[in-house]
Amino acid sequence: MKESNEELVGLLEKMLVIREFETTVQKHFAEGEIPGFVHLYLGEEAVGVGACSALKEEDYITSTHRGHGHLLARGGDIKKTMAEIFGKATGYNKGKGGSMHIADVSLGILGANGIVGAGLPIAAGSGISAQILGKESVTICFFGDGASNRGTFHEAINLASVWNLPVVFVCENNMYGISMPQYRADGRKGQNIKDVSDRAVAYGISGVTVDGNDVMAVREAVIEAVKKARANGGPSLVECKTYRWRGHFEGDPTVYRPDEELEQWKKKDPIDRFVKVLKDQEILDDEGYKELRDKVKGQIDEALQFVQDSPEPDVSEITTDVYYGGAE
Amino acid sequence: MKKLSYAEALRLAMEEEMNRDSSVFVMGEDVGVFGGCFGVTGDLVEKFGEDRVRDTPITETAIVGSAVGAAMTGSRPVAEIMFAGFLGVAMDEIFNQAAKMCYMTGGQAHVPMVLRIPDGAGIGAAAQHSERTEAWVTHVPGLKVVYPSNPADAKGLLKAAIRDEDPVMFFEHKILYNHVGDVPEEDDYIVPLGKGEIKREGSDVTIVATGIEVSHALEAAEQLAEEGIDVEVIDPRTLVPLDIDMIMKSVEKTGKLLIASEETKRGSFASEIAAEVAEEGLFYLEQPIKRVCAPDAPVPFSSVLEQAYLPNPKKIADAVREMF
Repeated sequence: MKESNEELVGLLEKMLVIREFETTVQKHFAEGEIPGFVHLYLGEEAVGVGACSALKEEDYITSTHRGHGHLLARGGDIKKTMAEIFGKATGYNKGKGGSMHIADVSLGILGANGIVGAGLPIAAGSGISAQILGKESVTICFFGDGASNRGTFHEAINLASVWNLPVVFVCENNMYGISMPQYRADGRKGQNIKDVSDRAVAYGISGVTVDGNDVMAVREAVIEAVKKARANGGPSLVECKTYRWRGHFEGDPTVYRPDEELEQWKKKDPIDRFVKVLKDQEILDDEGYKELRDKVKGQIDEALQFVQDSPEPDVSEITTDVYYGGAE
Repeated sequence: MKKLSYAEALRLAMEEEMNRDSSVFVMGEDVGVFGGCFGVTGDLVEKFGEDRVRDTPITETAIVGSAVGAAMTGSRPVAEIMFAGFLGVAMDEIFNQAAKMCYMTGGQAHVPMVLRIPDGAGIGAAAQHSERTEAWVTHVPGLKVVYPSNPADAKGLLKAAIRDEDPVMFFEHKILYNHVGDVPEEDDYIVPLGKGEIKREGSDVTIVATGIEVSHALEAAEQLAEEGIDVEVIDPRTLVPLDIDMIMKSVEKTGKLLIASEETKRGSFASEIAAEVAEEGLFYLEQPIKRVCAPDAPVPFSSVLEQAYLPNPKKIADAVREMF
């Protein structure tokens, strides 16, 4: 697939939005302005952006506890996203979901999920709907290396395989499930295989591992998998190796990993790398990049202002939406 | 009207709804060519094909979890968990996913799915295939909980559940599957969720019962009538939402309340009804509320133990006699 320059810069812009958004959330969380806990997507931007760029409007995604990036990559409104994280009435979920449940369902986002691995069966179900309703929609299921050890991983991928469901299982292998390394030669580890994608063979589906800090590599692999799913070729597993720059949650002291490891991964910053590619191809120059960053910064500032101007939810909302009240 | 068994009435409800709405589909273990572990899905696969009557692997977590995902994306799954005792395998999908999705998304998403759950003891199936689990799910905001006691209600309630916009936990007592009764034949025969029914009018004592206990209570009521005790039997039919007004009115009339349930007593839904009446209707009561439940023990295997364990018409009648 040959992307237009505009499309390529669009991918960079989305990654910049996520970077700036998460950096801002980090700051305001540290200042005690955000309740609960937040799991930031810093360092993993290329996965969400690359994968979502392979989708059409009628497609779906399931997200995770680390879901801000997925929502923004899918085209979520920055203001409503920020407002939800601050618990405001104007947030996507009316302040009832917060960081871990943030979603724009109208964009085909079937919830962000606070239960690790819960999205996999839900994604399979979305695939069933495509078959029942005769739709050509494809569902991307984002999950982490930690989730790949859960029973939901096994049951959902097995079901997707035997029923040939149009689902692309995108594993964001950020190397750690909280403090547990996904794999290493010695010591504690979550699994005894280097690549999560090795598991695909057990389900009779294709599995690949790509550089999750290379937005074009993610995009190409997921485009392939989506194309196959849409053509009734069944599910695939795409593992994207990446690294979370922050702890599992904000406040995690990350005592379980060496500082040098983080420094090594920061050298593989998905944004710096893609900027270099665009500059080398003369698609973007220094001035253009600065303009882009200023534009994104402006959007985040607007979102913060929106939060400032937004009301808290009314306490009468506590018992609404327990059951469905109909479309608004 | 047509004479049908409870199982046939359930199948008819599914068939009618599948004919009416092409987004309705059935899935579960052995629901296809095998016809369902208790024969409830029967020949549906011949009528609708394997796409809409989906035989799953043994995979309760994925059955419920994928039903949630399908329901969120425009389908109306009617999923079956073969035995209530298997609910634990899919509990996250029930109480964290199906139940909370609407709320967590601020009402953006909703989950119009039905989970059919055969439950109850009486066939020597022992502890993991016999228990009553309705209290596990009535406790969870966001779920609706239904429990039909006869074939007509089975049909009308299942159709209502399939048309409902929220996740419905639909309990079916295994002993009831072969019970036969008159079932309305109309396609639009619906028993709305949240409306109880007075199965027998009476003036001396109120028995609230669901599922199999309705038959037991009615049998007890016949015995007691001969002794001059006029029993009112109320079947709420849905536990969530609960027709508490109907129960309260009856208690106001009779002044006495007995709740019959095969559940183990502690933390049961019977306890919830007792609490509701104690909270809002204490002054209607002439004496303490009684609960006739199973003891707080797993369901035993031996027929002797199992029969002694279960509530029955005699135990209900004896408990009522103690109130006079």
